[in-house]
Amino acid sequence: MKKFEYLKPHTLDEALILLDQYGGRARLIAGGTDVIVMIKQKEISPDVLISLQEIPDLDRINYNGSLSMGPMVTHRAIEKSEIIRKNFSALTDAVDVLGSVQIRNVATIGGNISTAAPSADTAAPLLALGARVKLKSMKTERTIPIEQFFTGPGETVLQKDDILTEIIIPKPLPNTGSAYWKHQRRGALDLPILGVAVLLSLDKATVTCSDLLCTASPISTVLHSLEGDEVFCKEVRIALGVAAPTPMRAIDAEKLLRSKKISDELLEEVAETAAKEAQPRDSIRGEAWYRRDMIKVLVKRMAMKSIERVLKPEETVFPVRLW
Amino acid sequence: MKQTINFILNGEPVSVEVEPHLTLLQVLRDKLELTGTKEGCGMGECGACTVLLNGKTVNSCIFPALEADGKSVMTIEGLTDGQGHLHPIQKAFIEYGAIQCGFCTPGMVLSAKALLDENTKPTEEEIRHGIAGNLCRCTGYLQIIEAIKAVSGQ
Repeated sequence: MKKFEYLKPHTLDEALILLDQYGGRARLIAGGTDVIVMIKQKEISPDVLISLQEIPDLDRINYNGSLSMGPMVTHRAIEKSEIIRKNFSALTDAVDVLGSVQIRNVATIGGNISTAAPSADTAAPLLALGARVKLKSMKTERTIPIEQFFTGPGETVLQKDDILTEIIIPKPLPNTGSAYWKHQRRGALDLPILGVAVLLSLDKATVTCSDLLCTASPISTVLHSLEGDEVFCKEVRIALGVAAPTPMRAIDAEKLLRSKKISDELLEEVAETAAKEAQPRDSIRGEAWYRRDMIKVLVKRMAMKSIERVLKPEETVFPVRLW
Repeated sequence: MKQTINFILNGEPVSVEVEPHLTLLQVLRDKLELTGTKEGCGMGECGACTVLLNGKTVNSCIFPALEADGKSVMTIEGLTDGQGHLHPIQKAFIEYGAIQCGFCTPGMVLSAKALLDENTKPTEEEIRHGIAGNLCRCTGYLQIIEAIKAVSGQ
């Protein structure tokens, strides 16, 4: 492996100064599961690595309705967080199937989105959850919606002297559920062919069914046999990974569903719209037509899963199983 | 520029001078001559290089050695009691035929240990989830899963 210097600043300010000092010759390293592999594969060749491991508090998770995570929070810490599992389920779905235990023990959420692979598993859930990210340099500090963070495959708005210092997920509306599905060939250690995340806020959390067996049925059946009870969508966010050069929101599909009465037919239409909005490409993992077809299937299923997590929270199964 | 790192290795403090670009795996194998830890893919995919860092599994082949400073590292050599007695997980692996060529075994055993330390009675699904980062090309995993179940008294 190429030789490099390895610096371990003890404060954020110290790290910012070093980053400024070395400019393009330095690269930040968090868990290193991307950076070290990229150096080994000769994709990058920094002279200096600046580690964020010794900086206190960057691995904190704070919850007070909204969620704040430092960039050094590991995927394993997210996987183990009951608060995230309960309130921001789509993120748990994602980290549950990201890499392996060994990877999740060291790889961080800040690293995952800063590497900005189109396949980054946490990107689509963060988009669906409406996350914002805080970026800090010696001169400026700014907070932007995560939609504006990704600019291309492997590219973000991060300048060479910027450090991603915080990821903030706003407090969800009442009766909100979210879900992420990583469509992959293997059950683990794979990159997604497609990633689909949906967040849905409903106007109620309980429904009455005309059929007694209804509550034990799949959500599509529940929606069909509501007893004069209608469920409306108050808010929705649909996010797709590996469906365009950057993780994307399916804005048109969301518009179709927002403030509407939820039905099986409408969800189908929403999923079809999302498939039309996506710009997938042919790649070794899957062809564009196949990805589009799977967006149709999976957007609807993730919407169903989100509804299920609101109406039947006690049945929420982890690690994710579709049905 | 070489730097000195101090860490606890298999219960004993060690101090070693390392170049900053070395991985923990290179330091363990080449400098400390503990060759029980294997290098498979070298890219963090196969898990042959798994060691425990503060009790958690990490792929040592992509882990910067300098980050081990001040931590506690356990390799497969640290699992026996020093008197030549195998750990119960190792015994179960032998008993259930969970070893063939043996190359994945050190990593697999340490992943099993980390799993059982956290969850004394894992379900089969939890076992599969826990060892998903350790590839074995010989056994087909079934014997390994049986061995781990047996250690947990199932």
